[in-house]
Amino acid sequence: MTAFFQSLGLPFEGAWLLSTIIGILLIALPLMLAVAMIIYVDRKIWAAMALRRGPNVVGPFGLLQSFADGAKVFLQETIIPAAANKGLFLLAPIITFSVALLSWAVLPFQAGVVLADINVGLLYILAISSLGVYGVVLAGWASNSKYPFFSAMRASAQMISYEVSIGFILISVVLWAGSFNLGTIVESQKGYYGFLNGNGFNPLLFPMAIMFLISALAETARAPFDLTEAESELVAGYQTEYSSMAFALFWLGEYANVILMCALNAILFWGGYLPPFDWAPLYMVPGIIWLFAKIFFFFFVFSWVKATVPRYRYDQLMRLGWKVFLPVSLFFVFLVSGFLMLTRYGGAA
Amino acid sequence: MIHIFAFYLFACIMIASGALTIFARNPVHSVLWLILAFFNAAGLMILVGAEFIAMLLVIVYVGAVAVLFLFVVMMLNIDYAELRAGFVSYLPFGILVAIILAAEILLGVGIWSAGPIELAQRAAPAPVDMPNVQAIGALLYTRYIFLFEAAGIVLLVAMIGAIVLTHRARGGVRGQNIARQNQRRPQDAIVNVAQPVGKGVEL
Repeated sequence: MTAFFQSLGLPFEGAWLLSTIIGILLIALPLMLAVAMIIYVDRKIWAAMALRRGPNVVGPFGLLQSFADGAKVFLQETIIPAAANKGLFLLAPIITFSVALLSWAVLPFQAGVVLADINVGLLYILAISSLGVYGVVLAGWASNSKYPFFSAMRASAQMISYEVSIGFILISVVLWAGSFNLGTIVESQKGYYGFLNGNGFNPLLFPMAIMFLISALAETARAPFDLTEAESELVAGYQTEYSSMAFALFWLGEYANVILMCALNAILFWGGYLPPFDWAPLYMVPGIIWLFAKIFFFFFVFSWVKATVPRYRYDQLMRLGWKVFLPVSLFFVFLVSGFLMLTRYGGAA
Repeated sequence: MIHIFAFYLFACIMIASGALTIFARNPVHSVLWLILAFFNAAGLMILVGAEFIAMLLVIVYVGAVAVLFLFVVMMLNIDYAELRAGFVSYLPFGILVAIILAAEILLGVGIWSAGPIELAQRAAPAPVDMPNVQAIGALLYTRYIFLFEAAGIVLLVAMIGAIVLTHRARGGVRGQNIARQNQRRPQDAIVNVAQPVGKGVEL
């Protein structure tokens, strides 16, 4: 796109700036729309599994429900508790929301279609997702209230615990692909056994795919790991004191993160924008359609889990993270690197 | 043009947030300013082309170390007035430390640029055709492999030390046996009883 603006007679820097801004808008605005629709989808799936109808009043089939909710919170008054630390109280939802948007910069939507094609893409995602914890911690602390504070402590312990095993899982994928660049990682998944596309079909990486899916649930604090907002214990967790747009920002950020994690599942383990089978006619369908289909599939899995699995106890959550996922993922890093050493890099050095 | 603008932006914000880390009244705000400083340092690293170091800086310092700081600071019940009261008495000592540090930096930079020790020869040549993740890896796992492993052992010893120092055997703790919990079935725990009316329940 930079080249297009340069052809209109702009200098390189101006063209670059303009095309980057347009790129950001092209990702952020559809993402917000997708978040609104995915909230609706989530509620519909959840309702269907509980034999209810779900949202069905606003618009045809209740399609406009999320927009009605959005308009409602937008018109409400933002209430700031008297004892709250005002600046940080308002900063927390902004951090959560913007961090949820930032990671999208390095995701490849199609071969070569990516806003920032940097060679440390996966590290960038790790770095940005490690920031997510600040939104929650600050919200809990700045609210100056007991439930949010407990929730913030739980959230940070949970996010940090699972980030460790996610790190190891990502390392094994990076070892296999030989690159941190997400586009390269996707391309490296082509043609398993001659006809399958996706690291998940690799017996060494399949267990990592399962673990990553579960860790993604924990990292985004979705059910069954939603201890941060366990309503029976903590009211609404760190969001308890929030109202109107500040609350909506948390909400949007949370769902944007969920979609991001679904996209990462698709990109790292199931071939991203590649079709599932390495068969020429399937490449006629644009890559972005395949990516969206995969994201939607994983989102369905997330909703399914939310509707059917009961919430974990806190000690079970910590045990799963530290005593099961961490050793297993570490073991698989050794296994993958050992296998690659023997096969790809020519035996013991 | 954009480079220069970005450099001064990151540098100015970093210095300002560094100063605010010290001068903020609330320790939690201090930690947050520190985080902003780390972030801008990462920005500066990217500008000089060390994107791997920049990402590690954010992941390690912002993602882990600063979270720990934030927690410690949030948990402590700090009396700000008392903290302020000690300021004047510690000031001369603080200034002394600052002067020593500044002198050492000046000496270090001076020697580096004057160059009688030929420090430049010890530095490995920067590879041109590799991304910097590969370049660091190629150097770290060949030339500095023993130092790298020694660093790993030092960390391991530190970790074991921390565990030994803080671990204490407590009596009367009922641990959870997860395997037993998972093996338990409803029929092991529930009994259906046809309870006669007017009789007490047998427990």
